[in-house]
Amino acid sequence: MGKTLFDKIWDAHVVKSIPDGPDVLYIDRHLIHEVTSPQAFSALKAKGTKVFRPEKTFATCDHNTPTHDQDKPIAEPSSAAAVEALARNTAENGISYFPLGDPANGIVHVMGPEQGIVLCGQTVVCGDSHTATHGAFGNIAFGIGTSEVEMVFATQCLMQNKPMQARITVDGTLADDVTPKDVILYIISRLGTGGCNGCFVEYAGEVFRNMSMEGRMTVCNMSIEMGAKGGVVAPDQTTVDYIRGRRFAPTGADFDVIAEKWLELRTDEDAVFDKEYHFDASDIRPMITYGTNPGMGMAVDGLIPSQAVGCDEGSFRKALAYMDLKSGEKLLGHKVDYVFLGSCTNGRIEDFRAFANAVKGCRKADDVVAWLVPGSKQVERLIEEEGLGNILRDAGFEIRQPGCSACLAMNDDKIPEGKYCVSTSNRNFEGRQGYGARTMLAGPLVAAAAALTGCVSLPK
Amino acid sequence: MEKISIIKSTAVLVPTANIDTDQIIPARFLKTTSRKGFGEKLFYDWRFNADGSPVPNVLDGQVGCIIVAGENFGCGSSREHAAWAIHDAGYKAVVSSSFADIFKGNALNNSLLPVQVSSGFLSVLTAALRADPSLEIMIDLPAQTISAEGVGQETFPIVGYKKECLMNGYSDIDYLLSDVESILDYEADSQTS
Repeated sequence: MGKTLFDKIWDAHVVKSIPDGPDVLYIDRHLIHEVTSPQAFSALKAKGTKVFRPEKTFATCDHNTPTHDQDKPIAEPSSAAAVEALARNTAENGISYFPLGDPANGIVHVMGPEQGIVLCGQTVVCGDSHTATHGAFGNIAFGIGTSEVEMVFATQCLMQNKPMQARITVDGTLADDVTPKDVILYIISRLGTGGCNGCFVEYAGEVFRNMSMEGRMTVCNMSIEMGAKGGVVAPDQTTVDYIRGRRFAPTGADFDVIAEKWLELRTDEDAVFDKEYHFDASDIRPMITYGTNPGMGMAVDGLIPSQAVGCDEGSFRKALAYMDLKSGEKLLGHKVDYVFLGSCTNGRIEDFRAFANAVKGCRKADDVVAWLVPGSKQVERLIEEEGLGNILRDAGFEIRQPGCSACLAMNDDKIPEGKYCVSTSNRNFEGRQGYGARTMLAGPLVAAAAALTGCVSLPK
Repeated sequence: MEKISIIKSTAVLVPTANIDTDQIIPARFLKTTSRKGFGEKLFYDWRFNADGSPVPNVLDGQVGCIIVAGENFGCGSSREHAAWAIHDAGYKAVVSSSFADIFKGNALNNSLLPVQVSSGFLSVLTAALRADPSLEIMIDLPAQTISAEGVGQETFPIVGYKKECLMNGYSDIDYLLSDVESILDYEADSQTS
């Protein structure tokens, strides 16, 4: 029987297997940020040891950081302390750190690929569930807890049980107004927010083959929102072209040699998956969520359903009560108070291009507060270099500084209680964007339409 | 690590599906660099208004060191703070018909036992707890069983290695550090990137 792409990468990283237990898995890249690393550094210090392979570890600050006045000290004391701890811990352990204001700083899952830190065929971990993003490059990438961060610090290894495997194939051609975010929101709405628990997913088919790297990252990023351990897309020429020339990527002849190997990484024809799902691109419409988990999604011009996959009746009712919405109603035309463009899901340059193109020559609705937050310093720079900044400012938008921002509201960017936010982030959980905030997840085009009209609208 | 063997207790029933880690512990409480004190913040936004005043909620009046929850418990963020908060608040086990993978791993690394039961068993147990909140549940890790009077008994899965770790208080990091030789051999044999 053939092997899957996942099997091939996994098997190449097994240091040893424990009978009736996990595999000891070697980790190629460890990305860290200020929220989930300090307790791991403290534990390491208490053991009297240091990071085992600091050259495989890369650090950025993103979760706690403000999205304005980044040249000034962080005003909030506990956020400042967390960021200072990261600076100190990385310095003590010889880890590359990209602090606030550094040209490489940004959200860990945006700056990692941008800097060529993450390559192909690797094992990539981070104390952050959206580490699944890096599967877009043909990697086994997944989020870990702080105890596991400590294990990787101490030994560059983790103890992992091999998950089941699922393949999600989407063939056909997407309509012009359908973005990668709509594709993944559609898939999650069909499979449920826990539908892929225990599985690692491979995304296959025409739709993903034709997708840019940014689009593939958006899709893989949200694998965790259906419970998947991670999601992977087989590397191809698009992948190789993206990585070539990036700061930490191999160069010259070395790159050509390794890129040849990457292009061979794929699932064998006769490999068997535990689960197979097939969807048709023509069934996917611009999407939006109406509930409090990412599986509660629907077409923007659809009616709010009366049930969702993986959500019992009581939980479904609780979610709609929180959102103050009713089954059978349409969302189209529903008042929107805030729009958030950003996050590790949709804070890349392609998202800003899509948003800017959609609002070009128009005006932001006066009663909408719009937060446009680049995913990294590099995205911020490209926005200006490509002239998107002027388009956005002419349309009445302000561009903030990079960070996780309103995706999880750890900094000041909080959506007020009871307000509705069309958000390009990844989670619509109760309180995720601020106490009592009501989140509607969508892609950059639906977000742009909401920002222009002040209500839930179809993209132009 | 604290050792686990038999857990006998009344339970706290939170019969909602997809309880995410933002419910278990909101992100704004993750700024501390210590592992301690998260128990006070467990399910915080269910228990308090924005101004800090208490809200009547599902946890009121319930006592026990076992949480019984709806399917897909612990979905969302990888924050280990969720497992720390539950353990710090005095819980020893969470019973559900499914768990998010990262939460399950974090729980196991913190002597918090995730007990995965069938949907059928969970419905019967939930109904029994609704009828009698003082119902005592017994979780037997060596035998891998969960039982309660009138509900019956079910076997739950756990990897043999992890079971041994929990029963003896061993941790993964100690295991890894005990065999750095294998890691060095792996690095020498394969050109790690």
